[in-house]
Amino acid sequence: MAFIVRRLIFYVVAAWAALTVNFFIPRAMPGNAVQSVMAKFPDLQPSAYQSLEAMLGVGHPGSIWHQYWSYLDDVFHFNFGVDLIEYPAKVSTLLSQTIPWTLTLVGTATVIAFVVGTALGILAGWRHGGWLDRVLPGLMFLQAIPYFFLALILLELLAVKTSVFPLGQGYTGGLTPGWNGAFIGSAIDHSILPAFTIVITSVAGWMLQMRNVMITTIGEDYVLAAQAKGLSSRRVVFTYAARNALLPQLQGFGLALGFVVSGAIIMEIVFSYPGIGLLLLNAVTSNDYPLMQAIFLVITFAVLLANLIVDLVILVIDPRARARTATR
Amino acid sequence: MTVALPVSTDAATPPTERQSLGRWRRLPFKAKVGAVLLGVFVLAAIIGPLVTPYDPSFQNPAPALSMHAPDAAYLLGTTQTGQDVLSQLLVGIRLTLELAFVVGAVATALAVIVGVSAAFLGGVWDEVLSLVSNVFLVIPAVPLLIILLGYLPQKGQTATIIVLSVLGWPWGARVIRAQTLAIRNRDFIAAARETGEPTWRILAFEIVPNEVSLIAASFVNTVLYAIGASVALAFIGLADLNSWSLGTILYWAQSQQALQLGAWWWFVPPGLAVALIGTALVLLNTGIDELGNPRLRDASNASRIAGRKLRPTDPTPVLMDTELLAPEPPRRGALARFAHSFSRSSLLDDNGGGGS
Repeated sequence: MAFIVRRLIFYVVAAWAALTVNFFIPRAMPGNAVQSVMAKFPDLQPSAYQSLEAMLGVGHPGSIWHQYWSYLDDVFHFNFGVDLIEYPAKVSTLLSQTIPWTLTLVGTATVIAFVVGTALGILAGWRHGGWLDRVLPGLMFLQAIPYFFLALILLELLAVKTSVFPLGQGYTGGLTPGWNGAFIGSAIDHSILPAFTIVITSVAGWMLQMRNVMITTIGEDYVLAAQAKGLSSRRVVFTYAARNALLPQLQGFGLALGFVVSGAIIMEIVFSYPGIGLLLLNAVTSNDYPLMQAIFLVITFAVLLANLIVDLVILVIDPRARARTATR
Repeated sequence: MTVALPVSTDAATPPTERQSLGRWRRLPFKAKVGAVLLGVFVLAAIIGPLVTPYDPSFQNPAPALSMHAPDAAYLLGTTQTGQDVLSQLLVGIRLTLELAFVVGAVATALAVIVGVSAAFLGGVWDEVLSLVSNVFLVIPAVPLLIILLGYLPQKGQTATIIVLSVLGWPWGARVIRAQTLAIRNRDFIAAARETGEPTWRILAFEIVPNEVSLIAASFVNTVLYAIGASVALAFIGLADLNSWSLGTILYWAQSQQALQLGAWWWFVPPGLAVALIGTALVLLNTGIDELGNPRLRDASNASRIAGRKLRPTDPTPVLMDTELLAPEPPRRGALARFAHSFSRSSLLDDNGGGGS
């Protein structure tokens, strides 16, 4: 299991790097963020003050190393301090309210886009020069449109002008969130347009990448051999070419996730979707530094976790990765 | 924009006009479209601010000019405060492209330095540099950008350029490192080393010139990333909102409810400009890819031989095929069926699309 151990070490290092960057940003930035926070919220409780100390380094409770250790300790216990805007709500409470929304919407939409894009890429790679190649420039244009711009246009056309879809938000006001039909139906209804936006703008990227890998893979000798054996086209495409082309595609999926999540954050803002992106914007516009930093950590850890899952999937479907672990 | 393309003809003689024309002709079609489209925007960025019909920040107090629909005097209409949208757009294209190209240049330079030295130095250096670039790669950039800019008291152009450049190099570094590793052990590098060339000379004159297409692709990608990120950041207000870039125009249009009030001429042109610049860059990149990997080229430029499309990379067609020899409809006999099935296995695909 050397492969897994190696990857795990990498993710631990990456997580540590993110934590450290997060720790030093407020301390290294010009202008005293902490003082502006203190000036803005003069009536902080002692307990809030303490956690602010840990997150931002207010005052000087000990050396920088001491601050660093207490910060790491806080993060490990999911103690992100008290939120300044919605005082005395805890940051971790705010996060646990918004994360499910983002995870469901962005997760589902990204997986759909990846699956559809990869399938189209397989087709386009196999039928090289076919009709899919001809619509490719159009798809590239869709991909180049900024997420938020497409989101706003779709919102205007399909929600404001024609009211096919609801206007932003996560669910119809007045419903109580929970496992009841009315709420879930409303939530799904509200998520179609945002999900559609994500799929439309990211499908071309997956497709192009898969197409290119497919074309290269089809040129390999084992594909020719499979055809020479007289196997059916379907079998050659899916079992021989696509299966091998999928590996770089999956690796790319892990790495591109950061970009996808970034775009989705902005998209949430447009749709006033009650997810983590909107929370981040609100935090930034109101200088709510503890919340900002906690959100950054959460997003980073989510991307790292997704990458780890991709690694495990690769381990399952790629015999070479397993063989490497055995020999190492 | 001029991308140095790796179709070097004879290095000794400078390319004559006919040669460079031939070079242009050999470019993949997608790259040509991308280059022309990008050229239009670069031209707009260069001469645009000189020919703006109005001062983009001038607020015309006349009530008739508030959200004025496009007409002869105001080709793209006006904003709520009577500013000319076309003027804003022309100035905005310059600022956005300027930022993107500077970020592209700085980040690509960093990528080349890190990638080449990681691969060439090897050992611990390689491990460390690769680890750093992989860590930067998995940490999502935009949230980090948002909190960094959120802390900065002045969110000017320079701050954005620095932050975007610092976060924009890892992808290129990764690709360039892989390529350098592949080149490093070639004979001509060994020969250069044997003749006593210093390491820096080998790096600068033997290795880097062989990676020009990769570096160009990495530059184009970084520019694309810089445009996307800077426009998105400006749109949510994390930029100098007193200067005109495509992102800030969109920010003001959105905050003044341009779309809801039906002022499409205020909101659509800047977004469309971003999308078109992005498309141009993607096309250019695909073109560069195709140049390096002929297999990816469009099958439409394949020559037709006896009714079948064949590309230069396909194997020479086997002319035992009855269909190829006689372009008449296949006969229905057992022999014809046999010949037909034989031809199918020699050419991979019914419509000739498969590649070799």
